[in-house]
Amino acid sequence: MARIELDLAHAYAPNPSQDTDYALLPLKMQFDDGGAYALLGPSGCGKTTMLNIMSGLLVPSQGKVLFDGQDVTRHSPQQRNIAQVFQFPVIYDTMTVADNLAFPLRNRKMPEDQIRKRVGEIAEMLEMSGQLNQRAAGLAADAKQKISLGRGLVRSDVSAVLFDEPLTVIDPHLKWQLRRKLKQIHHELKLTLIYVTHDQVEALTFADQIVVMTRGRAVQVGSADALFERPAHSFVGNFIGSPGMNFLPGTVTSGSIALAGHDLPLPADVRVPDGPVKLGIRPEYVALQARAGAGTVTARVQRLQDIGTHLMLTADINGVPVKARLAPEILDLNVGDSVTLQLIGPHTCFYVNEELVP
Amino acid sequence: MNDMNKPVNQKAWFLILPVIICVAFSAIIPLMTVVNYSVQDIISPERRVFVGTEWFVAVMRDEELHSALLRQIIFSCSVLAIEIPLGILLALSMPAQGWKSSAVLVVVALSLLIPWNVVGTIWQIFGRSDIGLFGVTLTRLGIDYSYTGNATHAWLTVLLMDVWHWTPLVALLGFAGLRSIPDAYYQAARIDGASKFAVFRYIQLPKMRGVLVIAVLLRFMDSFMIYTEPFVLTGGGPGNATTFLSQYLTQKAVGQFDLGPAAAFSLIYFLIILLLSFILYNWMQSVGTQNTQESGHA
Repeated sequence: MARIELDLAHAYAPNPSQDTDYALLPLKMQFDDGGAYALLGPSGCGKTTMLNIMSGLLVPSQGKVLFDGQDVTRHSPQQRNIAQVFQFPVIYDTMTVADNLAFPLRNRKMPEDQIRKRVGEIAEMLEMSGQLNQRAAGLAADAKQKISLGRGLVRSDVSAVLFDEPLTVIDPHLKWQLRRKLKQIHHELKLTLIYVTHDQVEALTFADQIVVMTRGRAVQVGSADALFERPAHSFVGNFIGSPGMNFLPGTVTSGSIALAGHDLPLPADVRVPDGPVKLGIRPEYVALQARAGAGTVTARVQRLQDIGTHLMLTADINGVPVKARLAPEILDLNVGDSVTLQLIGPHTCFYVNEELVP
Repeated sequence: MNDMNKPVNQKAWFLILPVIICVAFSAIIPLMTVVNYSVQDIISPERRVFVGTEWFVAVMRDEELHSALLRQIIFSCSVLAIEIPLGILLALSMPAQGWKSSAVLVVVALSLLIPWNVVGTIWQIFGRSDIGLFGVTLTRLGIDYSYTGNATHAWLTVLLMDVWHWTPLVALLGFAGLRSIPDAYYQAARIDGASKFAVFRYIQLPKMRGVLVIAVLLRFMDSFMIYTEPFVLTGGGPGNATTFLSQYLTQKAVGQFDLGPAAAFSLIYFLIILLLSFILYNWMQSVGTQNTQESGHA
């Protein structure tokens, strides 16, 4: 086990000159020993690149990787003692399930009786004990992926276990089960787990700390709660949540914000510099008010969707759309109605140049 | 249950008629002609006598045929034993990407583009001890090399020629098999700490199995039917050291015009190839599964 520190950048082509040449822009990051982390971001944001740099499959073009303070930038995955599970199941066709699970241990010359014990434990954990002597090639995709997971977890002394979207090929109900299993394994084995995904639910349920990435940049590192309440970057606001945060462009002049034809006073405790700004508020926090007050606007109802657990309201504030998540018992609304919405409150965030105003 | 729902339409037979006609003209009728010859003694175009299985019995008892068959089997086994491992080795050492890969592919494929009789001629000149590079080099090294005079030399030269001509085919097939392995397998193997040999044994070889089965069958059948190259190079000699089955067959059919025995021989030849290919194929298909059963018990 190890504390992993990154201080690096990576470009696949030589001589990068602009930001878009980089798969990973210069970043500094630390993964603590025994933590459960998720790297979350859309396809092509650099999360797999970052994972491969940590595991040693890829050498960063600049900077270095430290394990417990020791420079391992040029060490192989084996020297780093890393385990990694890939998006698509990798199994050794000619071996049985047991031999597949034992493979990483046999390669490290572990005594055979210990291997058997360890393989038994892992198989038990993954509920594959009954299939140990079966040929791995004949199994279904999810069973094969369980074997891949098992090979990742079978070594108990690894520095970290890295997962590269390992549940993509798995059925939804099994996905839940396996994710819970991983969480449980994390508690039992206290391994450092780093999990790459583009699925926010997966990231939020699995990890204690989530690294949100976009276009080669890590825009925020934080707990699920922090990502939801105080997105550090408008991308995080958009990406996390379903639907994402509302962003309303406005202009701040001495303590009040002008947006969509309204002039709203800012609360005393937020200090937003004068000039163009974006107001960000989660649909969950846009409240319906009976009468106009401080920080409210009038809007016209455009669309109402009953999603069972809640009502999704899309309203129009002088041409600027805003979404609100309302309790399902609000029934007296109709398309075209005029409503009063609370935009400024304790959960409202302000963004200048896409960055959160602290 | 499904059978009951199937509509019955005898006209559908007409749809497969073209195939039947094609196969009839390309395979069945020629084969039946041979069968026809094999059971008759054709004395002159007008006179023929039905002899039953007499030719088959005679051919089976032919000592020369026995030795030709033995020679043939040893030759084909040597071809497989050399070309398959060598081809795999070549495939493994070929660059995977970029212009180097393309260049190497072209160079490797070159010998496959040369017609058989030209290959024979090339080696005939190549091996001459007075002007051929190969022959002169060996002579200079103090080896009394002569593919026309020394049976062992003739034999080895034919084998070397076949290896030179056909190993690239195995290499190309193996290369195609290797390219179809996703990168994740190699990455996973690195993570699992697999040695180079383990990567070969547990990833590359199993993934190449499909193409290797094809390579083995092709090389077996082709080498078992080898005719042109030894015909051009040695003419079957010295003595009958390089007289393989098809040469012996041609001698009988064309040289001596013994159509009956030659036809019987052809049929036996055909059945031998079919049988051996069948055995090889089934054996290779079962190799992987047997392995697992063994380790399953371990």
